[in-house]
Amino acid sequence: MESILKIKEVTKRYESAGTALTILDHISFAVEKGSTVAITGPSGSGKTTLLGLCAGLDSATSGSIELNNVTLDHLSEDQRAAVRNQHVGFIFQNFQLLPTLTAIENIMVPLELRGEKNIRPRAMDLLDKVGLSARADHYPVQLSGGEQQRVSLARAFSNTPAILFADEPTGNLDGETSEKVIKLLFDLNKEAGTTLIIVTHDLELASRTDRIIRLKGGVIIADEQKTYA
Amino acid sequence: MPDLPVFRKTAPVLWLFKMAWRDSRKNRSRLLLFTSSIVLGIAALVAVYSFRDNLQRDINNQAKNLTGADLVVVSRKEMSKSMTARLDTLGDERAKELSFISMLYFIKGEGSRLMQVKALEGNYPFYGEIETTPLVAAKEFKTGRNALVDKTVMLQFGAKPGDSIKVGHLNFAISGFLDNAPGQTGVTALVTPIVYIPMKYLKETGLAQAGSRINYFYYYKFKSESALQHTIRTIQPALEKEGAEFETVASKKQSTGRSFQDLSRFLALSGFVALLLGCIGVGSAIHVYIREKLAAISTLRCLGVRAWEAFFIYLIQVTVIGFIGAVIGAVLGTGIQFLLPMALKDFLPVEFTMQVSWMAISQGIITGVLISVLFALPSLLGVRNISPLNAIRLSFEESKPAAAPLKWLVYIAIIIFVWGFAYLQMENWMQATAFTGSILIAVLVFYSLSGLLLWLVRKTLPARAAYIWRQGFSNLYRPNNQTLMLIVAIGLSTMLIATLYFVQGLLIGKVSLSSGKSQANMLIFDIQSDQRSAVNALTKKQHLPVMSEVAVITMRIDEINGKTAAQLALKDSLSSKPKPAEQENQQPRESSARAFKSELRASYREELTGAEQVTSGKWVGRAKPGETIYVSLDERYAERINVKVGDKIQFNVQGTLIPTVVGSLRKIDWVRAQTNFRILFPSGVLEEAPQFFVLMTKVPDARVSAAYQATVVRAFPNVSVIDMGLLLKVLDELLGKISFVIRFMASFSMITGWIVLISAVRSSKNQRLKEIVLLRTIGAKSTQILAITAIEYLFLGVLSAAAGILMAMGGSWALAVFSFGSVFTPPVLPVLILFTGVTLFVVITGMLGSRGALSHPPLEVLRKDS
Repeated sequence: MESILKIKEVTKRYESAGTALTILDHISFAVEKGSTVAITGPSGSGKTTLLGLCAGLDSATSGSIELNNVTLDHLSEDQRAAVRNQHVGFIFQNFQLLPTLTAIENIMVPLELRGEKNIRPRAMDLLDKVGLSARADHYPVQLSGGEQQRVSLARAFSNTPAILFADEPTGNLDGETSEKVIKLLFDLNKEAGTTLIIVTHDLELASRTDRIIRLKGGVIIADEQKTYA
Repeated sequence: MPDLPVFRKTAPVLWLFKMAWRDSRKNRSRLLLFTSSIVLGIAALVAVYSFRDNLQRDINNQAKNLTGADLVVVSRKEMSKSMTARLDTLGDERAKELSFISMLYFIKGEGSRLMQVKALEGNYPFYGEIETTPLVAAKEFKTGRNALVDKTVMLQFGAKPGDSIKVGHLNFAISGFLDNAPGQTGVTALVTPIVYIPMKYLKETGLAQAGSRINYFYYYKFKSESALQHTIRTIQPALEKEGAEFETVASKKQSTGRSFQDLSRFLALSGFVALLLGCIGVGSAIHVYIREKLAAISTLRCLGVRAWEAFFIYLIQVTVIGFIGAVIGAVLGTGIQFLLPMALKDFLPVEFTMQVSWMAISQGIITGVLISVLFALPSLLGVRNISPLNAIRLSFEESKPAAAPLKWLVYIAIIIFVWGFAYLQMENWMQATAFTGSILIAVLVFYSLSGLLLWLVRKTLPARAAYIWRQGFSNLYRPNNQTLMLIVAIGLSTMLIATLYFVQGLLIGKVSLSSGKSQANMLIFDIQSDQRSAVNALTKKQHLPVMSEVAVITMRIDEINGKTAAQLALKDSLSSKPKPAEQENQQPRESSARAFKSELRASYREELTGAEQVTSGKWVGRAKPGETIYVSLDERYAERINVKVGDKIQFNVQGTLIPTVVGSLRKIDWVRAQTNFRILFPSGVLEEAPQFFVLMTKVPDARVSAAYQATVVRAFPNVSVIDMGLLLKVLDELLGKISFVIRFMASFSMITGWIVLISAVRSSKNQRLKEIVLLRTIGAKSTQILAITAIEYLFLGVLSAAAGILMAMGGSWALAVFSFGSVFTPPVLPVLILFTGVTLFVVITGMLGSRGALSHPPLEVLRKDS
């Protein structure tokens, strides 16, 4: 199968109070198109940093990252922004809906950025899929946490991304709501055929993916591929 | 292989506008509050610009009423017979006026006042009118032994039409109140109130004698402009020879326009200071606003918005709010221009009419938009560096500093803008640079002083202080705080009020000092030689001391170093294209030529007074018969006429030529209530020359002063009295009128400072809300939270007031020491009142602004936060 994400010998270091801190140390792996991957590990293991690098939110200190056949290493921040808009979808732990935009407008933003026309029906369709068509004109502050995350899901799928990154998508939700959101996430993902990479502490959530990459101290300590009978 | 996304076009421009609009939704009231900081600055500018445009138009339209004639010839001495004969033939209609200072005695009330007496002949003014109550008085007073008296003086002495006054030796009946004379303003009426009498009675008053200081005005009306121009061309050389000057409607238009241009410049720059203060507020508020938008901007960046696109979204917002602020300011300013004439009415020589000035409105709006964008840019540039990584968590790395070169470019652009604005007002690059430098230094000094005070409080606040005090103070250091900016904004407003008060006190103090206990406070002048002993005796009879009696001799300069005025003028006209070495000498020649024009008042004595100090040469107190006469000159006068120690000056003392040598130069303290002279002769030269005397005395109070003045004027109608008490009163009133204008303009800065405070309180409301909820959650009582909030603003108020008052004290001290040569002692009570007032004002504003936060239910906030 073709790889949509190729990570080669990626290292990330930060300077903190004059001390070099290695967050990721020579990480390498590849993710196949259409697969679902969970990155797990204890706090401070480098999960979120790895997600940020994979999604082109940050650049690595060394090593190479290729996302959907685009090598991110030498791209400028603006070029990486274009990559994100074209190929990447995001789901955040704290939803990160734009507070001044209504639910429908939040979903429309990635499409508007591309300059696409007649996007409202598509956005409404997505909102309908997450069961919130009645709340289209509500602002994030008028929605519950679960509803906000569902809007966030709809926004993530709005630009039909090749790859979707989810950072602790249920971290701020209660058990019941989490279950609903996760089901929705996997259903939409299946329907769209998107590659899904989830960073999570939640082992139960991780177990629903095809593959689990375990990090500790900035290195991969296990890379478990689920086998299907 | 997929399309390379790096080729995606930039986001559509319309989308950027749409996003700017959407993003502003929840913040519009707040953004409008930010923009309100610049509203008053723009309003002040538009009001001043509109006022300037309207005034210029009125001056152009009413210039004829200012001069009252097409041509006015002015001379400080009586013209030669041939010139007088020539003047009597000019124009199609002519009038004459002799103007001098003399005492006016109200017979009924037995009061007296130093006035400007104008003896009028002919139908002047030819344009406009002498405004009187009743109206007919303006014409009727010329028909008999009548007078028109300044209305304020009339009211002061309780006089009414029909009452009698005495001018010199002659009584006049008051025809009416003089409401306004051509070209007169409220201020000139205050300083030199006028009394009109018919010319035909002047001789009988006995006031127009040889040696009297009289100004001669010849007024002409011309039916055709070409005849006027022809007359000017032909008469100009003869007038110059006589030392006379002339004024036309055009030259009056120019000179009046010029003097009001200076006023407009001052007003515009005052308004600009308010605008700058507001812009500092806007800049700071936008900084906080952008910091709060961090998450939204990071999310947008995650979704693919480019750095410059994010920057433009917020630039659009700032531009639009700047525009809205500028438009509101322009509308307000157009309204305020109706108030400006009220503030300036005593300074305006024309009837002011108002129209909307579209030019002024456009200038105000453009300035408002440009300056608000410029001041917001340093924060806006930071938007480009907000990492998308912030959406998933705060980066380990601090956000990269906004590209330093760009930020510096913006700072330079701000300085250039301020300089450019000042240059447009002053049209002088040195003054514009000085203004910009002063603003820059003032802001830097203010920031440093505020920082120092804050640091001092932080260091000295005891660690054992009660919790609410420590919490209240530490609130000033909350993230994204605007504490320093607020101290500067409120402090600057405080400084304006305090400086105004201190300087007014300094000026009054300076004059009061000059009439202090040991010094004279009344001056009687124009005492003729034969009246000298009688005035002296009368003064002593009233139990008043004769502190000094000084002779005054009128003279003219005849030659300087052997050259007459005519020779110097001829030499100038012959020296065409002077060589560079000669150019240096040309200016002094011109200055010397000027020295011949005016009539001089000199005196003689053996000793110098305490107000005089020899700075060059040696004072010779007595001249020996047949030997060189050494005179002493005021050093500034010597510089003006370009003479130095050792130069020869020949004086013409009413027909007698007296050759002298400049023996010394003196520095004179002119402010002292003392008779000082630019030219001082030694004893033994002028004793026999025609002269009059000045007597100085000290009266204990206003009652004695009025009685003494009345007695003197009744007995010696030709003498004049200067009462220091009256002078102080006039000065106080004059300063009152000037400071009203300054206060009016300063109020824009003061209110701006207050709006900046409200805006900052509003900016920190969300954060304050979270802090309060947290405090409540951990068990703080409402009274404790209230106390913490009050203490926070108490510190802010105390620090702002202290910074402002300290700066004002520093400035006033410098002014007192270096400019007035006096000592500055801050008035304790007013300082305390101002300090307490500003502090209370800040606490009340802060508490009112926070009341929403104080009353919010914690759960509502927590839900919102989640």
